[in-house]
Amino acid sequence: MFSHVLLKVSSDRLWSFSSTASVAARSYSHGKQETDEEFDARWVTYFNKPDIDAWELRKGMNTLIGYDLVPEPKILEAALRACRRLNDLASAIRILEAVKDKSGPHKEIYPYVLQELRPTLSELGIPTPEELGIDKA
Amino acid sequence: MCLRMLATRVFRLVGNRALSTSICLRGGHGVAKVEDYTLPAYFDRRESPLPDIKFVQQLSPDQKSLKEKEKGSWAALSKEEKIALYRISFKESFAEMDKGTGEWKSVVAGIFFFIGFTGLVVLWQRNYVYGDVPHTFDPEYKQKEVQRMLDMRINPVEGFSAKWDYENNAWKK
Repeated sequence: MFSHVLLKVSSDRLWSFSSTASVAARSYSHGKQETDEEFDARWVTYFNKPDIDAWELRKGMNTLIGYDLVPEPKILEAALRACRRLNDLASAIRILEAVKDKSGPHKEIYPYVLQELRPTLSELGIPTPEELGIDKA
Repeated sequence: MCLRMLATRVFRLVGNRALSTSICLRGGHGVAKVEDYTLPAYFDRRESPLPDIKFVQQLSPDQKSLKEKEKGSWAALSKEEKIALYRISFKESFAEMDKGTGEWKSVVAGIFFFIGFTGLVVLWQRNYVYGDVPHTFDPEYKQKEVQRMLDMRINPVEGFSAKWDYENNAWKK
């Protein structure tokens, strides 16, 4: 935090003659570091592809779940809408299950995500695993 | 000569069997049999929530009509239909795939059983394999042994003989 600011200031001074250094650049790693917003935007764009196919949906979801994070609700909304375009309700429910599983011990994440996704879920008619009763073994 | 003929007969048998199971003919015509393990497989994994294939590959007519209904509004589907759609695509839900098997109970039971069995073996061994202990274990002999140790003043400061009251010929209270 403090040291990061220091490094950023020093990098500004070093590269002040080149105005192409973007705000996202940090001087201690190779290349540009992607911000959280850029990451989210990239994934939202991925799932928002109008003619996304089933393989791309599966690949995207499996890759996203492989990351050490719980996806933002806006990414999940895009993924759920992609499921709708592909007429795949089962995958939509599976995505919600995966989000809950990904939250691990942090039990407050899943209810928050559902709260954020509530308008989308109602609009598309996607049930939560709890509503279907498949959240219990 | 006989051995060579036997070998060629065996080869012909194997060759016939191989030809009948695969349509791969000599000359490059036909298609080789596709092995199951080369095709995409279904598996329930936490880290890969959407498997390569749906769980149910051959749909019944009911399931086919349900799949058609899925193309319309999902709000129009009943709860049972939604569950049915889920079960077509997936074998186990996350809750089902994550639940424990209770195998540990069998393992612990097995451990106790075999420890108990070993105990029985040890008991039998004591009775039927080992002979008597030496006479030095007899109570009379042991008494004489203790007396001799006291007479020798074994560990008189803090140990054995220190606990014996020589005035009253008894152990100290």
